[in-house]
Amino acid sequence: MKYLSKLMAMLMLMALVFPAVSFADVSLVGSGASFPAPLYTTWFKTFSRENSGVQVSYQSKGSGAGIRDFQNHVVDFGASDAAMTPEEISKVAEGVQLLPMTAGEIVLTYNLEGVSDLKLPRDVYAGIFLGQITKWDDPAIVKANPGVKLPSENIVVVARADSSGTNFNFTQHLCAISKTFKDKVGFGKTVEWPLSQNLIKAPKNDGVAAAIKQTPGAIGYVEFGYAQMAKLPMASLQNKAGKFVAPGLKSGQAALANAVLPENMIVFITDPDGDGSYPMVTYTWMLFYKTYQDKEKVEWIHKLIDYCLYKGQAISDKAGYIPMPETVVKKVAAAAKNIK
Amino acid sequence: MGSPKETPRKWGDSFATPPSFGDVVFDRVFRGVAYAFTVLTILVLAYIVFEIGGKALPAVKEYGMQLLSSSDWNVNRKVYGILPEIWGTLYSSLFALAVGGVFGVAIAIFLTQDFLPHKVEIVLKNIIEMLAAIPSVVYGLWGIFVLIPIIRPLADFLHEYLGWIPFFGTKLNGPGLFPASLVLSIMILPTVAAVSQDAFRAIPLKTKEAVYGMGTTRWEAILRVMLPTASGGIFGALVLGFGRALGETMALAMLVGNSNQISLSLFSPANTLAALLALNFPEAGPMEVQVLMFAAIVLLVITLVVNVIGQLIINFTRPGGAR
Repeated sequence: MKYLSKLMAMLMLMALVFPAVSFADVSLVGSGASFPAPLYTTWFKTFSRENSGVQVSYQSKGSGAGIRDFQNHVVDFGASDAAMTPEEISKVAEGVQLLPMTAGEIVLTYNLEGVSDLKLPRDVYAGIFLGQITKWDDPAIVKANPGVKLPSENIVVVARADSSGTNFNFTQHLCAISKTFKDKVGFGKTVEWPLSQNLIKAPKNDGVAAAIKQTPGAIGYVEFGYAQMAKLPMASLQNKAGKFVAPGLKSGQAALANAVLPENMIVFITDPDGDGSYPMVTYTWMLFYKTYQDKEKVEWIHKLIDYCLYKGQAISDKAGYIPMPETVVKKVAAAAKNIK
Repeated sequence: MGSPKETPRKWGDSFATPPSFGDVVFDRVFRGVAYAFTVLTILVLAYIVFEIGGKALPAVKEYGMQLLSSSDWNVNRKVYGILPEIWGTLYSSLFALAVGGVFGVAIAIFLTQDFLPHKVEIVLKNIIEMLAAIPSVVYGLWGIFVLIPIIRPLADFLHEYLGWIPFFGTKLNGPGLFPASLVLSIMILPTVAAVSQDAFRAIPLKTKEAVYGMGTTRWEAILRVMLPTASGGIFGALVLGFGRALGETMALAMLVGNSNQISLSLFSPANTLAALLALNFPEAGPMEVQVLMFAAIVLLVITLVVNVIGQLIINFTRPGGAR
């Protein structure tokens, strides 16, 4: 009994003391896409450390959850890989300002012993995800890879199990390059893959990467940074101009340079032009309200956006993302002025 | 022969005093609080069912029984069905129960029937209970990076030579029902082992003495007397383990392959209700959320039915119970 009452007293004391300890004057909370989360967390940590009086935190929940949190006003800003639909935007009374913050590449990575440089033509990788090409030594793959010894193994497709912006962008690209895929599957944050036996689904980018690593004969799509981290080989893909391009900083920026950012800042680069463009590049957005009640918050939000656009872009390359071209940064900075 | 201090007492005299005011208040308050919490527990459960059910209702109205019988899940075409998930949940849990149950009960026998010195028993018991403290995600990672490479040769062998048996009908690609169920069986092992041990320990010493007194061998005693006597508790352990297996989420989401198909083959990827819920909620659209709520209700009902059946079995098998 004595022990218990002592414990109670301790607890009460703690309850009294803790709320009195506050760490920062302004706290900005965001949630959303997991695709840029590693980069965002680094940015926000550095920003909070460099500026006293502000604490920025980010929860990587997924694009859909980010949009929902943003609509319900439980966060100060959201983040999404699939931007927002006009319908979703119309549900936010204050108006929404979307700002592209960084871009990434989706890569096709595979697990084939002894094959480190695989080239995949457009119809082939669409065919694999349609279930039309099921063996690694399919004539179409062999033809594109002279001199590479391909095993007579089944192709095991590893797809994302959770609904995600990565799915959205990947299927959008497949729809753009293959009419069959568009008619049969369509695009979305989750799709029903027309494969049954040789399909594995794993949660999140890291789950897909791990599943590919553990499955001989597997192919799957992940964000560039995750493939790099897992040391998985990435296939060179044939772009719109017909050239095979390996994923990387240069080919990614080439693709971005060929896309025009419209007024509302929403553009999906489903199939970029240009000889050196990597075919699967996607922007990822932060979502802000057009008006905020708290003036101090707005000030910090602008500072944060400036940090991300200028200092932040310099780090993004190291984390496996593509720094946005200067013209894009200027446009985004101009659009950020709409936030009041 | 009474002690000298003892004084004779009149009839009705007593050391006992009527409860003081404080005692009465304490008693009343305690009883009230206990009642309140009991009622609250039931209310919370009812509220959860009400809330989830209410949210699932529009989906049921829209799709009806097709939700239970269809095996398509296509958000784009707005077609939903959870039959493969129900199948995968039951299949993986039953398989895990078979493996985990056998090992769990065997461990319980080993640790309670004087095979080992008492101190060693306690050490082993604690180590097995530590298995319950390992987070689900860690089991998932362990499954992907350690277990799958280990069982791959065995799975390939079984598929190659015994492929005509439907259970080994497909090749193990990586994540699939088999690795998921194996991990699941390890996860339910501590529950099964701990509760069965309690069942064995609850057997009165007199029973044990009587059995050995009749000159039985140790195995006769264990198989003919101990096991049947503890059977009620063991069934309870199995039901608890099964309940845990049904609801297990993260490790399965990582290992089961999440593929919507119904296959008898242990090596093919499958899906479970809990994994479906965990992976699809964060990004689900309005209609999808309702269908997921329906899936949650189905999972709840399955768990409830399993527990009720288990309870009935326990009641009927308990010695001297409703027989």
